[in-house]
Amino acid sequence: MSDAAIEVDAVTKRFRLYHERNQSLKAAVLRGGRARYDEFFALRDVSFDVPHGVTFGLIGENGSGKSTLLKCIAKILHPDEGEVRTSGKISALLELGAGFHPELTGRENVYLNGAILGLSKRQLDARFDDIVGFAGIEQFIDSPVKNYSSGMYVRLGFSVAINVDPEILLIDEVLAVGDAEFQQRCTDKIIEFKREGRTIVIVSHSMESVRNLCDQVALLEQGKLVTVGTPVEVIDEYLVDVFSDRQAAGDSARWGSGEIRIEHIELLDGDGKPVEHLHTGDPLIFRLHYRAREHVRRPLFGVAIHSVDGVYVAGPNTRDAGLFLDDVYGEGVLDLRIERLMLVPGSYDVTIAIHDDTGTHPFDFRNKVLRIDVELGTPRESFGIVSLDGRWIPQGGE
Amino acid sequence: MSAPTVVQRIGEAFAGRELLINLTLRELRSRYKKSALGWLWSLLNPLASVAIYWVVFGYFLDIQPPVGDPSGLESFVIYLLCALIPWIYFSNSVQSSLEALVGNAGLIKKVYFPRDLLVMSVIGALLVTMLIEMSVVLVILLVAGNFVIPWIPMVLVLILLETLLVLGAGLFLSVANVYFRDVKHFIGIAMQALFYSTPIIYPLSVVPDTADVLGIEIPIGDIYRLNPLVQMVQAYRSVLYDLRFPPLDSMLYLIGWSVGVLLVGYWFFERHQRRLAEEV
Repeated sequence: MSDAAIEVDAVTKRFRLYHERNQSLKAAVLRGGRARYDEFFALRDVSFDVPHGVTFGLIGENGSGKSTLLKCIAKILHPDEGEVRTSGKISALLELGAGFHPELTGRENVYLNGAILGLSKRQLDARFDDIVGFAGIEQFIDSPVKNYSSGMYVRLGFSVAINVDPEILLIDEVLAVGDAEFQQRCTDKIIEFKREGRTIVIVSHSMESVRNLCDQVALLEQGKLVTVGTPVEVIDEYLVDVFSDRQAAGDSARWGSGEIRIEHIELLDGDGKPVEHLHTGDPLIFRLHYRAREHVRRPLFGVAIHSVDGVYVAGPNTRDAGLFLDDVYGEGVLDLRIERLMLVPGSYDVTIAIHDDTGTHPFDFRNKVLRIDVELGTPRESFGIVSLDGRWIPQGGE
Repeated sequence: MSAPTVVQRIGEAFAGRELLINLTLRELRSRYKKSALGWLWSLLNPLASVAIYWVVFGYFLDIQPPVGDPSGLESFVIYLLCALIPWIYFSNSVQSSLEALVGNAGLIKKVYFPRDLLVMSVIGALLVTMLIEMSVVLVILLVAGNFVIPWIPMVLVLILLETLLVLGAGLFLSVANVYFRDVKHFIGIAMQALFYSTPIIYPLSVVPDTADVLGIEIPIGDIYRLNPLVQMVQAYRSVLYDLRFPPLDSMLYLIGWSVGVLLVGYWFFERHQRRLAEEV
């Protein structure tokens, strides 16, 4: 027996994608037995150990299998091949308040949810005040939870889960809920757990929390384990890995009336060559190729940059810059030249749009058309979103 | 799945009894939330059924109840109650455990705990209701002059056997309903057929021994008695109404069915429960 808290041993998990699921016997009979389905590998032969007392991050793009892996560790899903061995009591924070019954009161639900998570009545009696106090809902504890606000619901759920006193805590993006103050308290609680030497596994898209909280990080890609290592190594590898001007997956969309359209977008470096790697402090040119099928007066070009967490970082546009193109017709090219890109390492979504001169009517709106990935550069900074390009200057001392 | 594994699973369930109690309380508490009469409904429902059957079968059709031997009791309402209360427990358990997994999909997908506890808690809640109803029946019997007190342990044995039977059936059907949602509709019809093919509203004596179908003699009485519910209802009646031990062969038959259904139910449940979080 090794000293690992969690051993993931050659775990493979397949999901069935049903074409048309037999939910009736008639369908089953007509189709001659089983429903037809494709198998899809959510995890392929993943192995690693999480030592006791380590805070372990799982990162990867959407669909890389990290949540599936977390559910396998939590025993909610069962691997098709391989095995997950764990030593110690596990509490999984996958969805807060998952076991709550809307008609029952907060008090009844604390006892029910606590029991589901493995606490005895006596333990719950002892911790009840802590649980309710941490959630901050003392005065509502005897009302049915269906009358709770979503914030109260989530706070109570987190509070029960955290008071289970687990040796292993599994967290899936739950820190992204609740107000800022509650998020801070959750983070504090996790740091307290970390100090107490408990094992924590975190699935997150926020490179910042992974960098701050984790001792070790595993990178998954399409169900396969790419690498395990320190946060700095793995996050860098992840960012290099996904570096490209590919379409940002998921919520990219396009709308507008189409009198003038963005045909093509190039990302160029300072010498006018296509960008391969982008670092903090590098020059960057967005070259927009447009085509107007009719005369358009004073179109307004804009670029918006969002962090992957959705924070609006910057929105340079031609009107603010005082550039007015009086009459545009046919094909043309417009550059947005950034002398020094002051974004810290991370992924950013780029939205490009052309509006009319009032800025209210979109001709072409390409929401999150690109994703750029910034690597460590000069200045070498990794926290927050932008670098202020500051310098540390010792002024002497005792 | 072998018998030791079942014993082991029941052992685990015992270890999770605190959770089982909590889930059962959840069932009981949420069932009558927001209804003015609350818990009284669990008594009013069977009483209403008894009243209806008594009017239709005891009064209009004038079905004569047999005289209890050796108790000497003769009452259609009591004759009906002794079979109807166990039947309602059976029927409600089967129909509610169908929804035990499907109705808790959110929980199954997000939290790990032994999934069979969901089925057990549904049946546990109904068992509590059944015990209350049965206590009322015992009081009625005492008032009617049947001294049933020495027979209470035997009644509990029958309730235990019935619980094993419905637990096995419930485990099987709860999983089957995840894969094929029309199990539920099928069971609706099957329960109706079972109700009328069990001597609840009529005495067993009205069922003929043989029937003549197109010149072929069919031993319909023997076929009828293959239904374990027939043996079960007769056993309840013999203890409560007649005050006598049920025949040994009929008890053994009942034990065989209860244990058999439980084993099959657990085997099926174990086999399919791993994929529940994906399929439900």
